[in-house]
Amino acid sequence: MTQVPMEHDHHEAGLHGHDVHDAHHDHPKELGHHWDNLNQQFEAGKLGMWLFLATEILLFGGLFCGYAIWRGNHPDIFAYGSQFLSVKWGAINTCVLLLSSMTMAMGVTMAQRGNKPGLIICLVLTLLGAFGFLGIKYVEYSHKFHEGLLPGIAFYEKPSDSHIWVEIEEQAGDQQETSIATDVAESKEEAELQMARADLPVMPAAEATTNEPAAIGPSGLNQSRVVQEEETYRVFYKEGRIAAQEDQAAMAEYAEHPEEAMRELEKHPLQDPDRPPNAQKFFTIYFLMTGLHGIHVVVGVIVILWLIYLTFRGRFSPHYYTPVDCGGLYWHVVDLIWIFLFPLFYLI
Amino acid sequence: MTTIPVPPSQPVTPELARDNYLTYTRGIWSWLFTLDHKRIGVMYLCGVLSMFFVGGIFALLVRTQLLTPEGAVFNDNANYNRAFTLHGAIMVFLVIIPSVPAALGNFVLPIMLGAKDVAFPRLNLFSFWLWMAGAVFFILVLVNVDGGLDTGWTFYTPYSTTDGMAFGGVLWAVIGVFILGFSSIFTGMNFIVTIHRLRPPGMTWFRMPLFLWALYATALIQVLATPVLGITVALLFMERLFGMGFFNPALGGDPVLYQHFFWFYSHPAVYIMILPAMGIISELISVHSHKHIFGYRFIAFSSIAIAVFGFLVWGHHMFTSGQSQLINVIFSAITFSVSIPSAIKVFNWLATLYRGSISLNTPMLYALGFIVIFAIGGLTGLHLGTLATDIHLHDTYFVVAHFHYVMMGSALIAMIGGMHHWWPKMTGRMYNENWGRFGFALVFIGFNVTFFTQFALGSQGMPRRYATYNGMVLTDLYHLYHVISTIGSYILALGFFVTAGYLLHSIFAGKRAPDNPWGGRSLEWQCTSPPPHDNFKEAPTVGDCYDYSVLEWDESQQGYKWREDIERPGNPHVSGKDGHA
Ligand code: HEM
Ligand SMILES: [Cu+2]
Repeated sequence: MTQVPMEHDHHEAGLHGHDVHDAHHDHPKELGHHWDNLNQQFEAGKLGMWLFLATEILLFGGLFCGYAIWRGNHPDIFAYGSQFLSVKWGAINTCVLLLSSMTMAMGVTMAQRGNKPGLIICLVLTLLGAFGFLGIKYVEYSHKFHEGLLPGIAFYEKPSDSHIWVEIEEQAGDQQETSIATDVAESKEEAELQMARADLPVMPAAEATTNEPAAIGPSGLNQSRVVQEEETYRVFYKEGRIAAQEDQAAMAEYAEHPEEAMRELEKHPLQDPDRPPNAQKFFTIYFLMTGLHGIHVVVGVIVILWLIYLTFRGRFSPHYYTPVDCGGLYWHVVDLIWIFLFPLFYLI
Repeated sequence: MTTIPVPPSQPVTPELARDNYLTYTRGIWSWLFTLDHKRIGVMYLCGVLSMFFVGGIFALLVRTQLLTPEGAVFNDNANYNRAFTLHGAIMVFLVIIPSVPAALGNFVLPIMLGAKDVAFPRLNLFSFWLWMAGAVFFILVLVNVDGGLDTGWTFYTPYSTTDGMAFGGVLWAVIGVFILGFSSIFTGMNFIVTIHRLRPPGMTWFRMPLFLWALYATALIQVLATPVLGITVALLFMERLFGMGFFNPALGGDPVLYQHFFWFYSHPAVYIMILPAMGIISELISVHSHKHIFGYRFIAFSSIAIAVFGFLVWGHHMFTSGQSQLINVIFSAITFSVSIPSAIKVFNWLATLYRGSISLNTPMLYALGFIVIFAIGGLTGLHLGTLATDIHLHDTYFVVAHFHYVMMGSALIAMIGGMHHWWPKMTGRMYNENWGRFGFALVFIGFNVTFFTQFALGSQGMPRRYATYNGMVLTDLYHLYHVISTIGSYILALGFFVTAGYLLHSIFAGKRAPDNPWGGRSLEWQCTSPPPHDNFKEAPTVGDCYDYSVLEWDESQQGYKWREDIERPGNPHVSGKDGHA
């Protein structure tokens, strides 16, 4: 049995003195009222930050798991999709982030030494790195958007330059898709539907139609599954193929620059006979993971700006630099996650 | 070494009572922006109990619907689906998960540590705001924004992702769940750091009250499992909004993957619910039988073991979802192993009771009720973990009965027991014991009538989530059981109203509570009732928190005090070598 002492003698002994009576004694303004000393507060802040980073890793962990499973199920999609990413830009971005991580680490050292100008320089350099990364990411993303390499069903929708699509339709006319040209709208859709289904994995349709729904489940279950699926296909094939044909203005534009349009056209995966079914899957995961990472970079930018502000205000000293340290840890984790994303998407 | 003579305990005088955390500052803003863990705990408690009321109304609607085979309440089956979905989602995400850690834990944890607050008071307040924001999203769903929610609390795909199958409320609910998840993560982080960094000298890991061990294990799960829920519902959101196709086979996705993701969080989540409840029971059993807890280390380690094993069994929810046989067998085996640490706890509680001098106070009655109900709930879990029987029992009322035995009968009853135990500390008032016992009797009987019947119902094959059950082979039998179950639920509801009544009454007209009404040794019984703003006026004595031999009954203040013939000892561990690993 022990009693918490009411004198200050335990302070010499350890960091964790725990005295309720010396609240106003020796209490720097950075120190929360429930802490005994700065060191205890610093250790707690850091432990908290590590725990938070663990949750961040787990958040991405779910996606990495998804990546592994989807890649395991459809290696062809990943092999196919990754050729559309630019290794050059990815590698440059990796270097940019690594360098910014280095300047961040140097910043923490500066803070520990109480070198205010040094700290500001390091933080500003880190900030530049973050902006550089985001800029390059912007270039990459807008390129993908331009080419219609979009996540989910958007992949099958009309891309921004509709003249490419006109060409697609014309070419398609020469090949097995002749029936699409039929004028009767209904049969056209029907044909498309068939084509779309040929593209997609075979569904156990017969089973779905013969079985009545087992439970009085959520409303809508009564609709048979096949009807549901056909509805889905309709939505994402109709958009791209039919809407484009109606786009007369685009056709005229195409007539002016035919070679350019042809070049674009040949590159488009929807036009590629080697494209595996569900190629959009790759871009879905790519945008999701790099997008979530990008959001973290944006948050990092805000954190660094805030640190720069606090540094100007003279808030840090060799005795108190917890925010710099924690911000640094965060930035390293953002970097670390990219170190995994880069090879997973760009290299393998 | 310092030895401080203890001032004789003072009787509770109005002057003393006035300076407490409740009256420290005034006005609604002083509560909403407070950094005081006690006020945050009390606000959580109010919020959780209000949502419990809302969820309870839906439960009664669901039960009343099943009074007749054709359905007695809803003329549209979709409304029945909405009712049970909201009932489940509210009870799980807004009530049971935050009830013990966020409400009671926030109040009790720092005081048990002799600390002034949790490690990050601002983050703590932020978690509470997140909780409120999450609740707002659920209230939107409740008023049927975008058609409401009808997927069941599990949001299974493809129901939840296909327009026209599920209502658009899924989007709103999913945002709510995401926000609530972060509220839970931040609370967990806060507790872990608090326990690591704010233990007083002399309180080693193995001198912590077992409630703190339980909260620690819970916090580990909150921090490690909840992010996966976050990303899961984020995927669901994207899938539904942008047609991403993660879980849609037509786009190369896999609906069973959703179930894996969901249960990877949600099985550990059931331990977020039950572990802190078990921690409460360890305290209650020991304090109210005035006997040292039996097998301290076993109970402490079993909390950690449950937390670890809990991560490895999620597949037992998917035995019939088309997993491979091999995986089924593995998950089944690990599921069985989880019951070992659970049973260790039960046996240790029983051994603690053995030859204790048991006072049958209301908190103790709830604790004893917990042991009975948890035993049934845990054992029926084994029926479900057995592959052969689960094929028959899956998605029947047997599962419903099982998880109500563990979630409502165990987790919630422990929370109510804990609320009674700490009520004098929180409010400074005593409730009426006789009404308390009566309320418990209603709750215990009502609960068992409601849910024990459902084991029978389920084993006879009545599926869960059906709005009507007419025209089935066993309709007459089902009808009988459903009527009994519904009557039980009315008794249960009455029990809760009685409880709410006498607790509210005690706030306004209850006797003033002594500092230590039950004879507890952990530190929260050493501060005044209610505690002052900074928790302790004088430094508390850290010692063996289950050694009651040093306390005696003090007639003058109707509570326990330090024995006069034993000197309150000093602190031999001042050197700092001990107690802060
Ligand atoms: C003690 C050991 C336990 C075992 C062996 C066990 C086993 C199981 C199994 C195998 C199922 C799946 C049944 C099915 O869907 O066919 C299940 C469902 C469930 N269990 Fe447990 N369980 C245990 C404890 C708990 C506890 C402590 C809780 C909560 C506090 C809990 C909450 C649930 C819930 C909520 C479900 C159903 C979820 C749903 O489908 O909506 N279980 N349990
Ligand atoms: Cu489970």
